[in-house]
Amino acid sequence: MTELLIRGGRVIDPSRNTDGVADLYIKDGRIEAVGRNIPVGQGIEVIDAAEKVVAPGLIDLHVHLREPGFEHAETIATGALSAAAGGFTAVCAMPNTDPVTDSQATVGFVVRQSIRAGKARVYPIGAVSLGQKGEQLTEFGEMVQAGAVAVSDDGQPVATSHLMRTALEYAKTFGIPVADHCEDMSLAAGGAMHEGLIAARLGLKGIPSAAEEIMVARDIILAELTGGHVHLCHMSTRGSVELIRWAKSKGLKVTAEATPHHFTLTHERCLGYDTNAKMNPPLREDADREAIRLGLKDGTIDCIASDHAPHHYDTKEREFDDAPNGIIGLETAFGLAVRELVEPGLISLPELLARMSTVPARIFHLPGGSLAVGAPADVVVLDASRRWTVRREDLHSRSANSPFMGETLTGQADVTIVGGRVVFNRADRPVS
Amino acid sequence: MLHSRVARSNIWGLLKLGAEVAICGPATLIPREFAELGITILPRIEDAIAWADALNVLRLQLERMQGGFIPSLREYNRVFGVTRERLARAGREIVILHPGPMNRGVEIDSDVADGPASVILPQVTNGVAVRMAVLYLLAGGAPDWRVAPQADDR
Repeated sequence: MTELLIRGGRVIDPSRNTDGVADLYIKDGRIEAVGRNIPVGQGIEVIDAAEKVVAPGLIDLHVHLREPGFEHAETIATGALSAAAGGFTAVCAMPNTDPVTDSQATVGFVVRQSIRAGKARVYPIGAVSLGQKGEQLTEFGEMVQAGAVAVSDDGQPVATSHLMRTALEYAKTFGIPVADHCEDMSLAAGGAMHEGLIAARLGLKGIPSAAEEIMVARDIILAELTGGHVHLCHMSTRGSVELIRWAKSKGLKVTAEATPHHFTLTHERCLGYDTNAKMNPPLREDADREAIRLGLKDGTIDCIASDHAPHHYDTKEREFDDAPNGIIGLETAFGLAVRELVEPGLISLPELLARMSTVPARIFHLPGGSLAVGAPADVVVLDASRRWTVRREDLHSRSANSPFMGETLTGQADVTIVGGRVVFNRADRPVS
Repeated sequence: MLHSRVARSNIWGLLKLGAEVAICGPATLIPREFAELGITILPRIEDAIAWADALNVLRLQLERMQGGFIPSLREYNRVFGVTRERLARAGREIVILHPGPMNRGVEIDSDVADGPASVILPQVTNGVAVRMAVLYLLAGGAPDWRVAPQADDR
């Protein structure tokens, strides 16, 4: 197989707490050696990483790739390419497709399409309930055998406490977490944005923070009852952060993620009725954004996930009330995280890379997140200080629903390597 | 397990007789409190087979599955079924019991139930005799110590 040398970069490996200039030598899809001045033989491909950062490939536990069923918005191939361009070597695809990813056959389809695409690895997340109807448990065992790494009814919460309890208990047999979208639907019903001053001013129905926090509390209590592992998706409120802190102080198996948009934007972004500011959970208040940032700093929030949610402009460009929730995020996640968390001095670059690679790998028990010798060669070469402007024509997703268009971010992936193979190289398609 | 009287009386009885007892099944059907009864909980059937000298395979109570504790019978068999392949991996003979009635192809495969290590039919026969004896004693009958040794001699 191919050999590859990444020369002279700042090699940061959060899995081993190492950070220093070194060469990284890749052979047969694995990390073969890390060290200074590794000699290379004839004909070995060399990537010059001087002034760049070499890190374990980023891992995103929460994306929507829309295939099968909504291929006009995204496919597994375009989503996996967008992931690679964002520096991600692995993403986990939520099951709210059509048909729902709720059986070994549908899980296997996602696996096959991702292999066919040959970009970032795509790990399927199976549904908790058949058809995500919140009634009958799916066959976790068969889905895990087919390649599922977690279960979730994302898009919606796990509907009832009983279903969540049985899911957490049943998932223990297979060692997988149950990822929950925390939203009390009776409180959130009809809401289009965060319930607060801006919603009042805009005349839009709000979704109170309590809608999220009630479900976070429920899930924590059920994690304690069952001993199961609950992973809390896209945390958005200060109350949720407090609840997770409490759960962790009790030693419960509770992990949590937050998105770049929730640590960057607030509900004020909805002024002007831009539907690219409409997401679920909604953008919250300044104090919530601060709590999420501090949660990421102290580890209460374990990791960053994009909640990449492509929508075709036909559906997104509608009245605010009727527009679908969500934004794309794979290619802006790293640039936002550096600009919002690293540049202000909140967390260091190695800490950020832990929250975007090593820690998510551990949460879902995925390979990757490490540059240890023998680890799979899922590697990203990043320019962590480049300022670049988000432009539609430079992105690789099939959709363009982003509130960050035209903004200047800091940090970008240059080369993404999956299993020792270069799946994305920005030099092939320079940003103008 | 959650619903099983057999499991409960077996646990009491076997512990009293000095056996080591472990139970295995999906966590949805095993109350966590069972761990406090002095038994081991093994989450995987492969581990249970590797551990045990004898397996008492309990019936999956189909009529009580409405609570959604398992997704399907097929998956129950795939994940928790006592199959010939799984037993073969143990590399030694494991005595197979089942209190009946069996759901063949669910908790136990037919070639195991009817196989050489199965003592299920004598288990049923003995079960009838034991029940008769218990009922006899409860009804006020006295044990006839003269007859018992003779029965042993045969």
